[in-house]
Amino acid sequence: MSKHVHTYDALVVGGGGAGLMAAVYLTRQPGLRTAVLSKLYPTRSHTGTAQGGISASLGNMGEEDSWEWHAFDTVKGGDYLGDQDAIEIMCREAPEVVYDLEHMGLPFSRTDDGRIAQRRFGGHTQNYGESLVRRSCYAADRTGHMILQTLYQQSIKHGVRFFDEFQVVDLLIDDGGCRGAVALELRTGDLHVFRSKALVLATGGYGRIWEITSNAITLTGDGLFVSARCGIPLEDMEFFQFHPTGIWKLGFLITEGVRGEGGILRNSEGERFMERYAPSLKDLASRDVVSRAIYKEIRAGRGIDGRRYVHLDATHLGADVIEQKLPEIADFCRIYLGIDPVTDPMPVQPTAHFAMGGIPTDIHGAVLALDGSVIRGLYAAGECACVSVHGANRLGTNSLLDLVVFGRRAGIAMADHCAAAELLPVGDDPAGRARADLERLWATAGKDGEKAAEIRREMSELMMNNVSVFRTEELLIEAKEKLAELKERADRIAIDDPSRGFNLDLTEAWETQGMVVLAQVITECALHRTESRGAHSREDFPDRDDENWLKHTLAVLRDGTVEIGYKPVSFTRFEPKEGVS
Amino acid sequence: MRVKFKIYRYQPEVREEPYFDTFEFDAEPTDRVLDGLNHIRWQMDGTLVLRRSCQQGICGSDAMRINGANRLACKVLIGDVGAKITIEPLMGFRVIKDLVVDMDDFFEQYRSVLPYMITEKPPPEVERLQSPAEREVYDDTTKCILCAACTTACPSFWSNRDFVGPAAIVQAHRFIFDSRDEGTDERLEVLGERDGVWRCRTIFNCTEACPRDIKITRAIGEVKKAIALKGA
Repeated sequence: MSKHVHTYDALVVGGGGAGLMAAVYLTRQPGLRTAVLSKLYPTRSHTGTAQGGISASLGNMGEEDSWEWHAFDTVKGGDYLGDQDAIEIMCREAPEVVYDLEHMGLPFSRTDDGRIAQRRFGGHTQNYGESLVRRSCYAADRTGHMILQTLYQQSIKHGVRFFDEFQVVDLLIDDGGCRGAVALELRTGDLHVFRSKALVLATGGYGRIWEITSNAITLTGDGLFVSARCGIPLEDMEFFQFHPTGIWKLGFLITEGVRGEGGILRNSEGERFMERYAPSLKDLASRDVVSRAIYKEIRAGRGIDGRRYVHLDATHLGADVIEQKLPEIADFCRIYLGIDPVTDPMPVQPTAHFAMGGIPTDIHGAVLALDGSVIRGLYAAGECACVSVHGANRLGTNSLLDLVVFGRRAGIAMADHCAAAELLPVGDDPAGRARADLERLWATAGKDGEKAAEIRREMSELMMNNVSVFRTEELLIEAKEKLAELKERADRIAIDDPSRGFNLDLTEAWETQGMVVLAQVITECALHRTESRGAHSREDFPDRDDENWLKHTLAVLRDGTVEIGYKPVSFTRFEPKEGVS
Repeated sequence: MRVKFKIYRYQPEVREEPYFDTFEFDAEPTDRVLDGLNHIRWQMDGTLVLRRSCQQGICGSDAMRINGANRLACKVLIGDVGAKITIEPLMGFRVIKDLVVDMDDFFEQYRSVLPYMITEKPPPEVERLQSPAEREVYDDTTKCILCAACTTACPSFWSNRDFVGPAAIVQAHRFIFDSRDEGTDERLEVLGERDGVWRCRTIFNCTEACPRDIKITRAIGEVKKAIALKGA
């Protein structure tokens, strides 16, 4: 048994929006011992980069709005793959959680009469698609930053115990349920066993699998990898959103808020090309539609200067709008591009942004096994989870909403579970598997072998070229073959750094091995789905095929291969309709 | 362009004393300093350690001294600092390894100012009202990302590690001047103590160091004034 063993009622893995929301609600239960494990200091989490806002049908701007319209938009935006029971819950609870955040102190931007200000965002409409509505509640263009700060502040207020810079490298799961996790203390290199009655994975996304991404360098899908290794299925992994307006080459986002405020996409001829692709919603059509349009323009030779980007033009908005409502964007452009958005258009290209798929859960965040039964004591929330509210494509501002609604629901459900559950025993050496993995890597220090950085580069370029906005069988089969080689090479990674404490070389190698496996899962799922739906666009199967494919994919790892199964979509009130933008 | 990175190294498991390493390579002037550090780590020497995450200036992980000034490595372009770049860890914190410093005390100081909304009145069913003008008063200090660039640029902090430091005062300011908050008295009491705001000698290093362009010295001045008015 490891010398470091900790026992808590509830464990939260990940210190972003979903994890901290769960933690805040867990600590409101008197007597419950809760700890948060985060591989970063929690305020470094990627929730902080979200700019545009959080959607809720408050109707603060003198326009009527309703949660039913919000639900319809979410269902339609997700190309009818989202589970409507979960979507209804999210949209109905949205006003309540936004008020909850305000009560916690979140400094929302305000209307003249002092209410929470709201703005337009792609795909959010009035009266079932009639016209755009102001539904996104925002704090300038740093809404995610303010959510993260506010939830961290509340966690401190409520005395949450934090284990900062503890990276979870294994879960303790068997037929009886989840018994805790094994984490690497980065500062010392020691392994710690954390026992718990309930554990929630809130580890975020995995955009680093692709070359051009908005995601932080630490978004490597650890939570999905450790789950999949324990036999937990992954749902809808073929659906990964490419946000249309990443900064050229750098990948990070120019918020959709720019288009919400009136920004326009233009090709090399200066044409507002979205008028051709989406005559009614134009630049604010859903993200999959806009990303595909940009790819097509680039492919037709209408990228700016023949390169792989188009322009996002905000020059007509005026300095006041840009400085007041989009200050962070102005800052980005000046620092990284040396341009001023008040006078110059911004170079943008689609960038790997958000995972619609993830660890399957029910509406309380409880993780579901392949047969649909609940895995006792294991929960997931936020981007690493798939409940599924985003279906085949997520609407802007619905991610922050997903985090807080389902983070909160998971926290509440876990507290209930802990009140009734016993602490399950763990084996003699629960950290054994994790120790073997890491010691194997440590033993390679200074020896000849594959370099993790080179494997990451090859994998991310391959995924960008073959498994991104447009896919074909040929591209996917090629990706599958190359990934099999990369997987073999990843098993032969050798690191440089032999030391125990703060060995970034080691953790990056471990993350790389995990990402290659997730890339294999994504590619396999994309190969199986022979239709185009939402973010998954197969040029060899260009139509949505409701007859055969109105179902979720479930992928399971078994002895190094990916097995594919399916489960039905939940419908409540919206029948599938053809997409019209 | 050809660049030369001179980097502070401290590898306690291998060598007792810190030292400097030099790395030369080709880079684009538009590369971030962080890109240069990543290049070194991934192509030249995998033992180099630093904290990094978002790479876009919002997570606050990669504050360090770049040619003597506290900056975020992801928010400075190589072309803007020149071909010779000296990189050192933040000053005033214990170095754990290379550019990684011990942030525990920093977050303790942050906690000491009660950095959270304090209200006695139960909230309404909907949002509390706050006018755009009331919101504007504390807007600047909500931008803080807790990177510690300000605190570790402060000579008063260097000479007295018990000084609560500019970052914690910025975080307190954000609540003191929020019309919804009711915890001002408690916070002003903490900040009015010996190691509170009065350790600030208005040197402006913090304002200069802030990667978020927060007018920190001004914010500290506003807190000092609030304490003075309360005492008066």
